Amino acid sequence: MAALEEEFTLSSVVLSAGPEGLLGVEQSDKTDQFLVTDSGRTVILYKVSDQKPLGSWSVKQGQIITCPAVCNFQTREYIVVHDNKVLRIWNNEDVNLDKVFKATLSAEVYRILSVQGTEPLVLFKEGAVRGLEALLADPQQKIETVISDEEVIKWTKFFIVFRHPVLIFITEKHGNYFAYVQMFNSRILTKYTLLLGQDENSVIESFTASVDRKFISLMSLSSDGCIYETLIPIRPTDPEKNQTLVRSLLLKAVVSGNTRNGVALTALDQDHIAVLGSPQAASKECLSVWNIKFQTLQTSKELPQGTSGQLWYYGENLFMLHGKSLTVIPYKCEVSSLAGALGKLKHGQDPGTHVMPRFVNWETPQGCGLGFQNSEQSRRILRRRKIEVSLQPEVPPSKQLLSTIMEDSEKHIEVEVRKFLALKQTPDFHTVIGDTVTGLLERCKAEPSFYPRNCLVQLIQTHVLSYSLCPDLMEIALIKKDVQLLQLCLQQFPDIPESVTCACLKIFLSIGDDSLQETDVSMESVFDYSNSVHDEKMEEQTEILQNGFSPEEDKCSNCDQELNKKPQDETKESTSCPVVPKRAALLNAILHSAYSETFLLPHLKDIPAQHITLFLKYLYFLYLKCSENATMTLPGINPPTLNQIMDWICLLLDANFTVVVMMPEAKRLLINLYKLVKSQISVYSELNKIEVSFRELQKLNQEKNNRGLYSIEVLELF
Amino acid sequence: MGEFKVHRVRFFNYVPSGIRCVAYNNQSNRLAVSRTDGTVEVYNLSANYFQEKVGCEDGSVKLFQITPDKIQFERNFDRQKSRILSLSWHPSGTHIAAGSIDYISVFDVKSGSAIHKMIVDRQHMGVSKRKCIVWGVAFLSDGTVISVDSAGKVQFWDSATGTLVKSHLIANADVQSIAVAEQEDSFVVGTAEGTVFHFQLVPVTSNSSEKQWVRTKPFQHHTHDVRTVAHSPTALISGGTDTHLVIRPLMEKVEVKNYDAALRKITFPHRRLISCSKKRQLLLFQFAHHLELWRLGSTVATGKNGDTLPLSKNADHLLHLKTKGPENIICSCISPCGSWIAYSTVSRFFLYRLNYEHDNISLKRVSKMPPFLRCALQILFSEDSTKLFVASNQGALHIVQLSGGSFKHLHAFQPQSGTVEAMCLLAVSSDGNWLAASGTSAGVHVYNVKQLKLHCTVPAYNFPVTAMAIAPNTNNLVIAHSDQQVFEYSIPDKQYTDWSRTVQKQGFHHLWLQRDTPITHISFHPKRPMHILLHDAYMFCIIDKSLPLPNDKTLLYNPFPPTNESDVVRRRTAHAFKISKIYKPLLFMDLLDERTLVAVERPLDDIIAQLPPPIKKKKFGT
Repeated sequence: MAALEEEFTLSSVVLSAGPEGLLGVEQSDKTDQFLVTDSGRTVILYKVSDQKPLGSWSVKQGQIITCPAVCNFQTREYIVVHDNKVLRIWNNEDVNLDKVFKATLSAEVYRILSVQGTEPLVLFKEGAVRGLEALLADPQQKIETVISDEEVIKWTKFFIVFRHPVLIFITEKHGNYFAYVQMFNSRILTKYTLLLGQDENSVIESFTASVDRKFISLMSLSSDGCIYETLIPIRPTDPEKNQTLVRSLLLKAVVSGNTRNGVALTALDQDHIAVLGSPQAASKECLSVWNIKFQTLQTSKELPQGTSGQLWYYGENLFMLHGKSLTVIPYKCEVSSLAGALGKLKHGQDPGTHVMPRFVNWETPQGCGLGFQNSEQSRRILRRRKIEVSLQPEVPPSKQLLSTIMEDSEKHIEVEVRKFLALKQTPDFHTVIGDTVTGLLERCKAEPSFYPRNCLVQLIQTHVLSYSLCPDLMEIALIKKDVQLLQLCLQQFPDIPESVTCACLKIFLSIGDDSLQETDVSMESVFDYSNSVHDEKMEEQTEILQNGFSPEEDKCSNCDQELNKKPQDETKESTSCPVVPKRAALLNAILHSAYSETFLLPHLKDIPAQHITLFLKYLYFLYLKCSENATMTLPGINPPTLNQIMDWICLLLDANFTVVVMMPEAKRLLINLYKLVKSQISVYSELNKIEVSFRELQKLNQEKNNRGLYSIEVLELF
Repeated sequence: MGEFKVHRVRFFNYVPSGIRCVAYNNQSNRLAVSRTDGTVEVYNLSANYFQEKVGCEDGSVKLFQITPDKIQFERNFDRQKSRILSLSWHPSGTHIAAGSIDYISVFDVKSGSAIHKMIVDRQHMGVSKRKCIVWGVAFLSDGTVISVDSAGKVQFWDSATGTLVKSHLIANADVQSIAVAEQEDSFVVGTAEGTVFHFQLVPVTSNSSEKQWVRTKPFQHHTHDVRTVAHSPTALISGGTDTHLVIRPLMEKVEVKNYDAALRKITFPHRRLISCSKKRQLLLFQFAHHLELWRLGSTVATGKNGDTLPLSKNADHLLHLKTKGPENIICSCISPCGSWIAYSTVSRFFLYRLNYEHDNISLKRVSKMPPFLRCALQILFSEDSTKLFVASNQGALHIVQLSGGSFKHLHAFQPQSGTVEAMCLLAVSSDGNWLAASGTSAGVHVYNVKQLKLHCTVPAYNFPVTAMAIAPNTNNLVIAHSDQQVFEYSIPDKQYTDWSRTVQKQGFHHLWLQRDTPITHISFHPKRPMHILLHDAYMFCIIDKSLPLPNDKTLLYNPFPPTNESDVVRRRTAHAFKISKIYKPLLFMDLLDERTLVAVERPLDDIIAQLPPPIKKKKFGT
C-alpha cells in the first residue's frame, strides 16, 4: 500500500527561488545526497537523512545558472551550465566555482542529463545531443539544429534500456506537441507527433515517463485536469516516416483544470504516480498518489503554503517547494500481502454490490469507481495497446469466438478455438479462455447432445484453467464418463475438491476394460511392467532381499503355510499388475492429485468393496515394484512416489477397514499388508539401534580431528 | 609478517553455567542474566550486545523466595497444599496467579483468599502422567492467565470464571518458561526440547476486532532445556541448560534490515578469565570457585607453517587453589614475574606469594589485607611486578607497593566527584608510569603513577570499552570498543594519534565491523612497534600500522598463503589487518616473547560433552 510519510524541510535557509521555482533537484553519487539548483546563482548539496546542506557553490555576480547541476556518476564530479553556454565541472573539494574547469560551448544548452551507469548527455536547445566526453574533447564543435524554428523543448528524460541510453524530449510548436526519441548508441532519432485526441484545445502542463521493455509510457497532465498516457515504442518500426501517436485517458479529473499555480506529476513506479495540484478550483494544493492500475487514490497530503508546481522523485523521496522552503516527503509503497487480501474476501460479498466480471484480467486496468458509467466504453479507452496508428474498427477475435460458441456446430467451434489459440497470447487471453469454457459448458447443459470434447481438451491444455473457474467442466465429464478428460483435469487443475477426486476414482475403478480400450488416456506415468513378469525367478529373489521387506521370513508361519499351499498363480498375482495399463494410468492420476485426509476419508467409504480391494491390490503391487530397487522409486516418467502409495493404502484401509476384514478374497492381501507394515517397523527399529553406533562413529571421527589438549604449532601470518 | 610458535592450549576446562533466568529492561535496553552458579550478568543490547557487568552474588535463589515470603507475612494467604512454582501479578496489582503442581490458584491480594483454583489436566498424549507441574504463569491485564506446564501444554484461562479457554499442546516434553511482551500482543514460551515458540494475538480475519492467540513461529536454537525466556519489543531472548544466550530479533519489528537484525548467540564471557606470566610461561585459569596454575611445555624443534612440533616437555598442572566459602571469584591475576597471585570474591581480597625451588612450589598467603581491599573488579600487576593495581567496586583505584613478601598501600585514586561508577578495565604502561582505567560508560581515565594524579581523560565515546592496552615506548593507549572500533590515543600528547585519525576517516572494513564478539585482549610486539595484536573469540589479528588500510573492496581475510604471486601483486593486496582464524573459540591469546604466542581455546564440543544429555528424540519411525 502506498503511503506518504511525515514531511520535513531540508533547510530553513530560504532559497532564492524565482517565480518559476527551483531550477532542479538531481541525484548525486551518494544515495542520500541531492543537488538542488535554485533559479539564481547557487547549487546546494543536501544530505536528506541529516536534513542539512553539505556544500554550496555559487557563480559570480552577474552570471546566472541556466541548467540544473547534475552529477557525473562515472567521475563523481558535478556539472552545471551558466549563461546558457558555459559549462562548469567541479567536485566536492572545490570551493569556488570560478576556479573550476570551464568550457564554453558554441550553442545554448537545454539540459545535462545524467543517470547511473553511463556518461552524461548534453541536450542543446536546438535538439542536438552530445555525450559529455565527446563534447569536452572539442567544446567549440558545431552543433546542428534538429528541431524547427519556433519549436521549443518542453521536457526531457533520459533512460537506460537494456544498457542502451535512450533520450526522449518533447517539443511544442503552436500548440502541437512532438516527441523525439533518440537511441544514443545507434544515433537513430525518431520523431512522433502527439495527437491530443478529442480535446484539441488543452495545453499539456506536465510530463513524466516510465519505461518497460518495449515502450516508453509517457504520461501527461493536461490543463483539463486529466492524465493521459501515450505509449512510445523504443525501437521504431520505421524511423524515416513521421509517425503519430494517440494518447489515451488514464485518469480523469485528477486536478482542477484552472489553477493559478502549476501542476506537476511524476511516475513513482509501474503502478503509481504522484500528482501535485489542487483537486478543486478553490481548494488548497495537494500532493496525491494514484494507483493507475486500479485507478484509485492511494493517499494525499495538503500543502497549504502553496507550491511552485514542480515535483521531483528520487529513491524514496519526493521533493517540492512548499511555500519558500524545499520540502521532502518520503514515499513508501509496500507490497500488500495476499494473506491480507484473502482475509478481506470473506467480507467482500455484501449484498447490493454490483457484479464484477468473473474473470479478472490483472493486465488491463478495470474501470471501477472512477465515474465511468459505461464499462464497455472505458474498456476500450483503457486498453493498453494504444499505439495503433489508426484504430481498427474490427470486432476483436475473442468476441467472434464467443458468438461462435453460442450457435455454431462442434466442428466449426473446434476450428475457431484452434484459430484463436494459434494467435499470439493477447493480454486478455485468460479472460477469453475462461469465457469460452463457461460458454461451452452452458451450452452443454442446455443441449445434452452437445459435447465439444476436443475443444475442451485444447482449452484445458492452455494451463490457464482451474477447477474453481469452471466446476461444471468436471461435472459434465463425470456424467459423460469421459476418463480421458478427467485424467487431464486431474493433471492440470490444482484445486480439485476431494469429493470430485473420489468420484473420478469411482469411475476409474468401475469402468469396463473394453470401454477403456477405446479411450486415449495418457500413459506417461505407467511403466510397462509386463516384460519383467516373464522372469519370475529373478523376481522372487529381489523380493526377499530388498529394503528390509521379506514376506517369506515372517513369523506369521501358519498363515504362510496355508497360503503356500495355494498353487503358483497366487504368487503370480502379487507380481503381475492387477489392472490393465490404461486403468493404471488413470489411478496414477488419482495418486498424484492433492487432497486433505479429513475431507477425503468420508468419500472413500462410498466406494464398493470389490473396487477397494482392486485398488489396494494395485497399490500393493506398486509397493512391491518400489521396493525392488534401492532408491524405492518406480521406473518411468512421473511415477507415483512411495509416500503417495503408502498414504493411499492407509487412507483406504482407514476408510473401509471393517468391510475389507469381512471379505474372504481380501484376506491374503491384508496378510501381505500386515507383513509389510511389520517389516517396516522392524527396519525403523533397526535404524534406531544403529543410530547409537553411528554416533560412536561420529565421536571417533571427531577424536581424529582433535589434536589433544596441548600442542605447540607453527603459525606464519602473511 | 611473522612466524610464531604457538602454544595451543585446550586444557582450560571451562564450562559456562546454565542460564537460569533472564530479565529484560525496556528503559535501559539492558538484559540481566542469572546463571545456575549464582552469577548475574548485565548485557547492553544497544552496545552490540556487550556484556557490561558481572556480579557474583551468591544466594540469588533466596532473593526469588523473598517475594512470596513477604506476601505471606503481610497477609496470610490461604494455605496451599503443594509447592508454588510460579507466580504472576495482575498488572493492576489486585490479583496474583500462582502455579503449583496440578493446579493454578488465583489470589485476591486484598483479602488474601484464593478466588479460583484451576485444575490442570494431567493427561499427556493420552497417557496420564503422575503429576503436572505448572512451570510458569502469566497474568494479562484483561484477566487472562496463561500457564505452561510439564505436560507440554500452553493453556489460556479466564481468571474471572476460572475456566479453561484454550489449550495448545506444543511439546512432548515440559514447557518451562513464558514471557509476555509489554504490549500483551505476543508472548514466548520455551520447552525442555530446546524449542522456543512465539505466540501472537492476531485478528481472526483482517479488519475484524476479534483476536485470538495463534502459535506463529517455532525456533530451535538450543539443544537443552530452555529454562527462561524474555521478550523485548524487538526480540525473543532465551537461555537454558546449554549455556547459550540466544537473542532472536523479530524480523517484522526490525526497522532497518542490517547486521543488527541477525541472530545472536552468546556463549563465552566478554571478559578475560585467563592471565599469563610471560617470564615463567605460566597460565592462571579462573573458575567459579577455584584457580588453576599451569606451566607451558616447551620444544626444541622448528618447523614450517602449520606444523605441529614434538614436545620436549609437556604442560604441567602446578596448582589448584580453592576458594574458601561459597562465593564466586570475580577476578584474578598472576604477576608477570609469576611470584604473585591475587584474586577477589565479592567480600574478600586474597594475595598469595609463590616461591619456586626447582620443581617445588610453595604458596604463602599474604595476611592482613587492609579493609578497603575487599571487593575488586579488576586486578593488575605492573610489568616489573613491584606494583599492584586494584579497581574496587566502590570506584576507587588502589596502588599497592609489593616488595619481598610484604606490601604497602601507596595511594588511592578516588572516583571523580559525581560518579559512582566502578572501573572494570585496567591497563598499565610497561615503564610503569601510566595507568589507564575504564568503567562501562564514563570513558577512559589515564593516571600518572609517579605523580599520583589524573593525567587526562580520553574523549568520551558512545560504546563501552571491551579491551585496552598501552604500547611500550610510545605510550600509545589502544582502546577497543564494543562496536568494534579501535582507537589509538597518545598519552603524552593527550590526543588521538595520526594513525587513529586516518583509520577513523577511512573507516574499518565492513566485515571487521560485523564481527559479533568483542575484542577481549590487546598486546604489543616488543620488537615491532608498528604491530598491534588483538583477538576476539573467533579470530586473532595483527594490525600492521605501516601498511595501507583495507577498503570494502579488498579481501579482509585471506586464509591461503600467497603462492607464486609476484611482489607487485602482493604489495598491492597487502593491507594492515593480518587475520588468523585457526584458533577458535579463542578465549585468550598473548605474546610470550618475540617469537612465541600462547592461545587458549575452548572447543564447543568439549563443553557440550560436559553438559547433561538432552532429551533424546527419535530420528526414525514414530
